[in-house]
Amino acid sequence: MTPPPALPRWADVGLIPLINVLAALVVSGIVVAVIGENPFEAMMVMIKGAFVYKGSLGYTLYYATNFIFTGLAVAVAFHAMLFNIGGEGQAYLGGLGAGLTCLMFDSMFPALFLVPLAIMASASFGAVWGAIPGYLQAKRGSHIVITTIMFNFLAASIMVWLLAGRLKAPGQMSPETRSFSANAELPFIHDIINAFGVEMARSPLNLSFVVALLACVGVWVLIWRSRLGYAIRATGHSTGAAEYAGIPVSTVIIITMAISGGLAGMMAINEILGVQHRTILGFTSGYGFTGIAVALMGRNHPIGIILASLLFGALYQGGAELDFEFSTITREMVLLIQGLIILFSGGLAYMFNQPLAHLLGLLLAPRSAKGGQNG
Amino acid sequence: MANGDPTPPLAIELSAINKSFGGVHANKDVNLKVVSGHIHGIIGENGAGKSTLVSILYGFYAADSGLISINGQTTTVRHSADAIGWGIGMVHQHFMLVPNFTVLENVMLGHEGSLSVEAGAQKARSTLNKLSEDFGLAVDPDMIVENLPVGLQQRVEILKALFRGAEILILDEPTGVLTPQETEQLFEILRALREQGVTILLITHKLKEIMAITDDVSVMRDGEMVAHIETARTSPAELAELMVGRKVLLEVDHTLAKPGVPVLQAQNLCLTTANGIDQLTDISLTLREGEIVGIAGVSGNGQSELLDVLSGITAPTGGSFRVGISEITAQQPSDPAQLRSLGVAHVPEDRHKCGIVLPFSAAESMILGYSSGDKKNGGWWLSPSELETNCADRMQDFDIRPPLPKLASANFSGGNQQKIVLAREISTQPKLLLVGQPTRGVDIGAIEFIHKQLIALRNKGCAILLVSVELDEIMSLSDRILVMNNGQMVGELARDEADEQRLGLMMAGIGADDGVTALQMGAKS
Amino acid sequence: MADLWLQFLLTIDASLRVATPLILCAMAGIFSEKSGVIDISLEGKMLMSAFAAAAVAAMTSSALAGLMVAIGVSMLLGLLHGLASITLRGNQVISGLAINILASGLTVTIGIAMFRQGGQTPNLARAERFRPIELPLAEQLGSLPLIGPIYREVISGHNILVWVALTAVLFTAFILTRTRFGLRLRAVGEKPEALDSAGVSVARTRYLALIIAGVLCGMAGAYLSTAHGSGFVREMTAGKGYIALAAMIFGKWQPRGALLACLLFGFLEAVASRMQGVDVPLIGEAPVDLILALPYLLTVILLAGFVGKAMPPRAIGEPYVKER
Repeated sequence: MTPPPALPRWADVGLIPLINVLAALVVSGIVVAVIGENPFEAMMVMIKGAFVYKGSLGYTLYYATNFIFTGLAVAVAFHAMLFNIGGEGQAYLGGLGAGLTCLMFDSMFPALFLVPLAIMASASFGAVWGAIPGYLQAKRGSHIVITTIMFNFLAASIMVWLLAGRLKAPGQMSPETRSFSANAELPFIHDIINAFGVEMARSPLNLSFVVALLACVGVWVLIWRSRLGYAIRATGHSTGAAEYAGIPVSTVIIITMAISGGLAGMMAINEILGVQHRTILGFTSGYGFTGIAVALMGRNHPIGIILASLLFGALYQGGAELDFEFSTITREMVLLIQGLIILFSGGLAYMFNQPLAHLLGLLLAPRSAKGGQNG
Repeated sequence: MANGDPTPPLAIELSAINKSFGGVHANKDVNLKVVSGHIHGIIGENGAGKSTLVSILYGFYAADSGLISINGQTTTVRHSADAIGWGIGMVHQHFMLVPNFTVLENVMLGHEGSLSVEAGAQKARSTLNKLSEDFGLAVDPDMIVENLPVGLQQRVEILKALFRGAEILILDEPTGVLTPQETEQLFEILRALREQGVTILLITHKLKEIMAITDDVSVMRDGEMVAHIETARTSPAELAELMVGRKVLLEVDHTLAKPGVPVLQAQNLCLTTANGIDQLTDISLTLREGEIVGIAGVSGNGQSELLDVLSGITAPTGGSFRVGISEITAQQPSDPAQLRSLGVAHVPEDRHKCGIVLPFSAAESMILGYSSGDKKNGGWWLSPSELETNCADRMQDFDIRPPLPKLASANFSGGNQQKIVLAREISTQPKLLLVGQPTRGVDIGAIEFIHKQLIALRNKGCAILLVSVELDEIMSLSDRILVMNNGQMVGELARDEADEQRLGLMMAGIGADDGVTALQMGAKS
Repeated sequence: MADLWLQFLLTIDASLRVATPLILCAMAGIFSEKSGVIDISLEGKMLMSAFAAAAVAAMTSSALAGLMVAIGVSMLLGLLHGLASITLRGNQVISGLAINILASGLTVTIGIAMFRQGGQTPNLARAERFRPIELPLAEQLGSLPLIGPIYREVISGHNILVWVALTAVLFTAFILTRTRFGLRLRAVGEKPEALDSAGVSVARTRYLALIIAGVLCGMAGAYLSTAHGSGFVREMTAGKGYIALAAMIFGKWQPRGALLACLLFGFLEAVASRMQGVDVPLIGEAPVDLILALPYLLTVILLAGFVGKAMPPRAIGEPYVKER
């Protein structure tokens, strides 16, 4: 077994993700150039679209909210060495949970009670949709990647069936529920800020962003400061050690997948409670998959995930601006960048490691020679 | 080599081979001359660099520098295909057989002879039959390999090499998985091969085998070749000294045991796999306070499974065992966490796979198995500073170096990793300690330390069950020795009754020499 | 009665049409996965080649040219997957996923740049597509009672790629069981070190498998946009690659089983589309969406071992590293 190239931690955590993003941007830039547009111009448009224009930052953070939830979901599962690519379906079902709660209780309960209830419902629905593949992996040995893929499609089928059928508002054509009452709304950040007399542009950014940040703290505590987190990491790094230690591996797998699914399910609160105020078809629009890119880039750490989410938030919001400024490049460009980032930071992960390790070895050699090394 | 002899033709000549893995210098300027038609042994401890050397010869790795000559021609071996082309065949320690293929398919693989499998298969079948007859290597070509016993699988490996026209056969630790009888059969085969002019390179760490079958022997230590001797002119004692590099062994200061009340009582423990294979059959044993009971046996005869059952990792499928007042049966299985709470500690055989978590910090590995907390400390919160203080204390007690609780477990040497495991398990002051291969891959200094710790623990009244493939270790530490063969207890010897001959016979499943057959012993105990 | 029979046959006919890309992709999946490489990139390879086929067919007015380019593009993606998962030993699932997302973005981006039709390719004329092949005497024999319609509706009237797909099943089975390459392919997915020590390159065998898989996916994509459809529509594979993956698992990684699973899944889809808006006694409107979900559900049930057990190749998903 050849030892993995030894990169210093700061390089592995800080430099490699940057290089990956850069590589993805360069390749997409080449595609833009081939299409016949100026890649730097496109870049400027995206940056302006994401940060400069009025309200754009709010939009960027609104997208980031989705990615924080789905990124955390992927990361938590990764710590147990489970590859949850079912975030999409879990988020979708989360939307069902939130939607059903609101449909049932929005005329009964006040916001202070209804909103937390709906959040819990979205998390629980997502958790169940994650825990079933977890159970099948733990107890029946079904490959979690395949089952979570299948569960994405199953979730989509169920949602189409329900939204086009029983849950469709009467007398309406489009497949969606009726709008919820104001009790079910998570307040917009701009409304809150404006209430303090500070001017802030309108954007879909809402209180779920704060919930997402709290979830980051929660995940950090869970993974690195709790006995359950210890069990999750031990299971992930070495099933043999976990079994030897008496950690109930199957249970840990199921619980981890439930937590992961719950986090993905909570993505729905941003879309359903925060913005749409009804459950609509396809509101997840691939954010579950983006979570994989976010977790990969963020090295499965909450801080990294926040940063990666900001990046992807900016890409999505900036990408939308491409539609207005160019006739030949559209927001699908972002999908391309996203695919490339996943490719570089996941599939081709070891492409930059070794050269970089060599390079750093050369650059840092004098210093470590002076320091000396104890074996 | 005596002067004046005509230089015998050399099948293999290696000069100044060097190979490093990361920082580990696995082969340092290694030279080797293997005479054509001889059985040449390479002996050395685990990790001495033997496997690396033959892997280079077989084209699995490229040497960093050095020359390879085969049959007098200097050459490069870049792939296994090159080696095969030069008439080199290899029987790996872990068989290179596709488990769900037939014997014939495995033998053909890579040398199908034609694009169509069927056309090739006909020819291969007749060649295979001829080889089987010539060398007395009978195997049914249509059997699925995974259904064959290990000894036969090894035959398939040898046939595979011969099928490819091997005139030089490398065997890497071929007897580790064999019973003594199977080993003897293997040696018969090797002698037959030598008769036919095949050159054989035998890699082993067992002195007995070198003495039994080789013509010449080379000794490796720490990646270096330290001696080349004609086997007839050396002795096991000399070889052992060369291997280890200083006088063996290790007389442990062993005082008489004072066994107390029983701590562990096993009654007719059985373990049968889902496929119906019996791994443990009617194991009964009693362990008392303050004694070390060693289990001797060829690896793979149920020792690992026994440790797994007694530590709660695997539930028995029959019988029961009692720890203190708790009885564990197939119907009422236990788990490692519960057994730990009953005072059972466990140093696992494979510390990399089970004993520590390599990416975890030492402090985190130091609570593996104890992470759910005890009664007074059963909350959900895990305080890093507490873990580190606890770890620093253990590191001081057990002289673990470097004493850095935050360092990743993977960055400690084998001996220090083993001390982490031992420190963790001993510091809970267990009533019963299950120990598997306590000194595997551990340097000499640490071995002495570990042995002393085990004796000290016994003297404090702990009952210790010791499983090891090193007979010396078993004999120098144990107060009583149980022998396992084929999942059964085949006999018991007191400390002063045990010697290598007796143990060897019992390990082979042949009756002990005092007239009581092994089977009766098994039934009696 | 005759009408019901005809309806049934038409459904069977439709099943075969729907199943064709599934069959091609499932065979592709068998090649990749038997060699030990997880291939969830069937979807992306098919999508990219569907686009390439339609784009080239539109530009050259030749369906065949489209097919060739589609195969080439899909093969390149296969090589990319190989680079990531064989040479660089990256995570095979992530690499496959990246290819799928990449394909989604790239097809639309290039499509808009080339044709300015919102990501679609121009509608292909009849001459630019693979056309149905009417077998001789289809009309005459078709009037025979019972059997005649089978010949006319189910057997006759398919385009060449349908026949190619069915041939691909025989081809796959033949390669796997009868040829040297097949033996090595099966070995490398079960125990790569056995092949390595036999002097055969693990990487080369796996790359070859991925290239063949690329060819098959390329044909599947071309079928979608230049035979079954008449041009590329964004996201036109709509999860068919994943259904093919499910079918391959359902067929236990065997060509015959996978073929049957593809036909079953194709049949379910054909039935679902015929049931659209039909009132079923007792149930009410047919739950078409749930019928469409059956392939996924069945695959999960099979994977869970509730009926039979699907055992993947032993070395699947593990990058090959020589052991020390």
